[in-house]
Amino acid sequence: MRVLSRQQTQKVATFLITTVATLVVIPVLLIILMIFYNGMSAISWEFLTQPPRNGMTEGGIMPAILGTILLTLGTAVAAIPLGIGAAIYLAEYAGDNALTRTIRLAIVNLAGIPSIVYGLFGLGMFVLFFQFGTSILAGSLTLGLMTLPIVISTAEEAILSVPQAFRTVSYSVGATRWQTIRHQVLPNAMPGIITGIILGLSRAIGETAPILFTVAAFYLPNLPTSVFDQTMALPYHLYVISTQVPGMPLQVQYGTALVLLLFTLSLTFVATMIRSAMRRRREW
Amino acid sequence: MVPKLSIQNVSFDYGDGATALRNISLDIMPHELFVLFGPSRSGKSTLLRLLNRLSDLLPVGQMHGRILFDGQDIFARGTDVFDLRRRIGMVFATPTPLPGSIYENLTYGLKMAGIKDRRVLDERVARSLQQAALWEEVKDRLADSAFALSGGQKQRLCLARSLALEPEIVLLDNPTSGLDPISTSIVEESLYELKQQYTIVMVPHSMQQAARVADRAAFMLDGEIVEVGAQKDLFVYPQDKRTEDYVSGRFG
Ligand SMILES: Nc1ncnc2c1ncn2[C@@H]1O[C@H](COP(=O)(O)OP(=O)(O)OP(=O)(O)O)[C@@H](O)[C@H]1O
Ligand SMILES: [Mg+2]
Repeated sequence: MRVLSRQQTQKVATFLITTVATLVVIPVLLIILMIFYNGMSAISWEFLTQPPRNGMTEGGIMPAILGTILLTLGTAVAAIPLGIGAAIYLAEYAGDNALTRTIRLAIVNLAGIPSIVYGLFGLGMFVLFFQFGTSILAGSLTLGLMTLPIVISTAEEAILSVPQAFRTVSYSVGATRWQTIRHQVLPNAMPGIITGIILGLSRAIGETAPILFTVAAFYLPNLPTSVFDQTMALPYHLYVISTQVPGMPLQVQYGTALVLLLFTLSLTFVATMIRSAMRRRREW
Repeated sequence: MVPKLSIQNVSFDYGDGATALRNISLDIMPHELFVLFGPSRSGKSTLLRLLNRLSDLLPVGQMHGRILFDGQDIFARGTDVFDLRRRIGMVFATPTPLPGSIYENLTYGLKMAGIKDRRVLDERVARSLQQAALWEEVKDRLADSAFALSGGQKQRLCLARSLALEPEIVLLDNPTSGLDPISTSIVEESLYELKQQYTIVMVPHSMQQAARVADRAAFMLDGEIVEVGAQKDLFVYPQDKRTEDYVSGRFG
């Protein structure tokens, strides 16, 4: 015997699903609100543009902001060409053979490696073996490596979702394989590729573990002048001032967290904007 | 007369064991409109895609026999397949504009061939649109997205896109599928003009269309050619029982 009618079951189900979905949003909102609430008062022109003073308890976090921007750029330079190249290879050139399957397996596994392992690998590989030292170069390469799986898999997906008919038409008017990729496939896959890049970057750039041994400095009196210099960076700075510096004003800690949060959120926002702008332009 | 295309004992299978084409031999003469007709899955598109080597794109596939274009084996080693596809154009059943403007669609193949001279491009655009009977409708909106065109206009754009390369042969795989009767008759009428300049191999939308437009035709069934002949021989006095059944509408 039915206790509830079909419509009632439907309503209950909808209610439950909506509730669960909302529950997911609540912690995210709470974290953001808490950081905004506690950190807003720390944000000032001085905080954003001055180096720390007085054992980092006063002044600003400008060197850490600058460092994070530099590392973002460095990571992009390291991950984008390799990531897109690998995605093009996998989507357009690779046949279904043992080599390709191994590559795919490697990518899946790369994505699952804990970030501290990347940090240690970066230390062994870039800092020590290649003798880049603790440097922006070593840090960018480590972060780039970590970003690579996301870039490759989203870019490959974007490339594969370009309608096959565009390729066929391109070949039918005499285009070569590379011309077809360059002029039809990539432009149409670009929104997806860019989204993947930015999401990958925003994830990597908030990480502390990969930069711990490869680039990040506790405190530096001078700004970096080359890729072989160390730099301060927001996540590591946050870690330092929250755990290593006694008597650190809570406000400064929250202020730093807020800046880092805004940084990653704005990257995500930019990705969304680019995607919708390009979607609108290329309709099919 | 020397045939434009000479298909000699061609067999093809898609690598799944089933034979899609069985020992096909056909000569296609310059400036004729040759129609390949037959029931669904009889291998018409398969044959058409061999003629400009679009079949190369298939991951597997086994071909036997020879196809001569102006006496040259198109599968011979050293054939410039990209040049071949510029000389043998193709229009597909589904109108498929490329993302971008009408102008960009028409000039894409030319640009890929390295032609950048704006005057040449403009002139080819105008001429190919005229030949495809689309010029009057789009001449003031060449910069508009090709996706803004109607279905019939899109298909004529695709025809113009292949004509812009000034090919020698045009392969038309059911170019009027999904078009309204008016668009269909516009395309059919332009065919008479086109064959003055080009050789046309066409898979028709229907038997009626085949009978209307063909100079000569071949009836295909299960990957084989049953009968080849001039329009009136094939549609009025078919020799083979199977052709007669199909032409008179008893199956298919
Ligand atoms: N890409 C492919 N891979 C495998 N088999 C294919 C492929 N394309 C076609 N075939 C098979 O080859 C045979 C001939 O198909 P083809 O598309 O050439 O027929 P057609 O005469 O063009 O049919 P239609 O009138 O429906 O377009 C069919 O049995 C079909 O299933
Ligand atoms: Mg077909």
